[in-house]
Amino acid sequence: MSRRLNRREALNVGVGAFAAGLGSAAGPARALNGYADEIDKFTGGKTPVEGRVRLELPELAENGNTVPLSVVVDGPAGEGAHVQEILVVAPANPNARVIRFRFSALSVPEASTRIRLAATQDVIAVAKLSDGTFFSASRQIKVTIGGCGG
Amino acid sequence: MSPRLALCAIVLLAVAAGVAGLAPAQNGPDHPHWQGHGIKPPDRTFPLPEIVSGYWFRTKETQAIQDDDFNNPGFFAVEQGEQLWSKPDGAAGKSCASCHQDAAASMKGVGAAMPKWSDALHKPVNLEQQINLCRGERMQAAPWKFGAAELTAMTTFVRFQSRGLPVSPRVDGPMASWFEKGKQLYYTRNGQLDLACASCHERNYGRNLRADFLSQGQSNGFPVYRLRDQRLVPLYERMEGCIFDVRGIPYAPLSDEFLALELYVAWRGTGLPVETPAVRN
Amino acid sequence: MAEAKPRIRLDKKEVRKGETVDVKTLVSHIMETGLRKDASGKLIPRMIINTFTCELNGKFVFGCDLESAVSANPFFEFKFKPTESGVLKFTWIDDEGVRIEATETITVT
Repeated sequence: MSRRLNRREALNVGVGAFAAGLGSAAGPARALNGYADEIDKFTGGKTPVEGRVRLELPELAENGNTVPLSVVVDGPAGEGAHVQEILVVAPANPNARVIRFRFSALSVPEASTRIRLAATQDVIAVAKLSDGTFFSASRQIKVTIGGCGG
Repeated sequence: MSPRLALCAIVLLAVAAGVAGLAPAQNGPDHPHWQGHGIKPPDRTFPLPEIVSGYWFRTKETQAIQDDDFNNPGFFAVEQGEQLWSKPDGAAGKSCASCHQDAAASMKGVGAAMPKWSDALHKPVNLEQQINLCRGERMQAAPWKFGAAELTAMTTFVRFQSRGLPVSPRVDGPMASWFEKGKQLYYTRNGQLDLACASCHERNYGRNLRADFLSQGQSNGFPVYRLRDQRLVPLYERMEGCIFDVRGIPYAPLSDEFLALELYVAWRGTGLPVETPAVRN
Repeated sequence: MAEAKPRIRLDKKEVRKGETVDVKTLVSHIMETGLRKDASGKLIPRMIINTFTCELNGKFVFGCDLESAVSANPFFEFKFKPTESGVLKFTWIDDEGVRIEATETITVT
């Protein structure tokens, strides 16, 4: 840089950057990554019923690169209806699909992992049961970028 | 009052408050969970009212990753270091184990007291430098480059042998002038954003700097597994990042400046338990 | 540089029928997303583990299909109720078809 920012300019840069950060954190991001299509493919076009799936994420990501995530499907194991798969999608990521868990009849329907999230968004989990039904849950998580942590 | 004048007045007030030490840094309303976890400083002249590990400034999910050795991916580096410890390298056909045998015994306490004075070199050496000195002099092996996976892994493995022990670098005798130099650097404003280490880590720990929740910048957990980088990060790399973030020009890794800073920052964490490999953001 | 061994932890290795076993796995892998650029501005190609499977005596128990949004050093925790003693086989497969495998034994009484 040819010269140092004077204090006023530095303050304005800071305020502007803060406002930009606030804007992107203000609500769920409008995604164009086709997450809705991924869900449709998974459910064969059926609309999942909200409920029975618990998606656990921190309220605020310590860092978007490593976010702990858990999915649990509640409710009694119906006659022969066990959880087969759970799909997790991230509407504001570069790619919508995050992970698909696959379960067997021996499984307890829960799983945990760590994922990467690019921005504040509502992460969605969709569970597929062996009787052809689908359930979903979504959970907002704030992902901030910036500050000296980088 | 014109907006420009008002802005100047606000800035002046903030500067004045900062200079007068009135900024209520430690009691920021965001995330007070870190409070109450500090240890007492060794005496009343200490620059911090309490000494708090970076662990306490992170979210409970991050703490959970560190709490369980199994979950902590930093242990891959510990395992790698352990393998390298017994692997002969260099023309002398020796491994670290050839001289130091069981690291858990021979390296206990070593990482907690770094950097330490070297009579041979007439300056302090830190753990990375000591490892390379051993490699060169005793093993006739080429030094590992700073930042190389092997060096970070070995540094992590050795420092891990001091886990739980209190940080206790010596700052007297020949170390005194390096201590003073480190202190001077810690309080010197840097870069385009004109911030010193102290600006954030002494004045404003427990508060948010934009999206970053500030800790005291302690080094007791290094090398740390950073969630951002998803790998082990050695101390100088993190310090380099800090200086880069204030738009300054970082000192070279393993330079005298970083060595002096490492000594001074270690002293600021006196008594904290070594947490290597810690998990941080 | 030696490949780091995957870490596997079962909360119990001997169970009675009907009891739940909690399994944690951690494998060392950079999970290169394919979205990063190198110093010259070129995209670094994607290289991730794309599949994880756990089988008991050759029969599927639990698995995942991973995308690049799974963090480096993939961690999984899952639970199941084993019905027979035997060998638990864990397999991770990456984009090049390279397999990382590990086994644990489990006893069901």
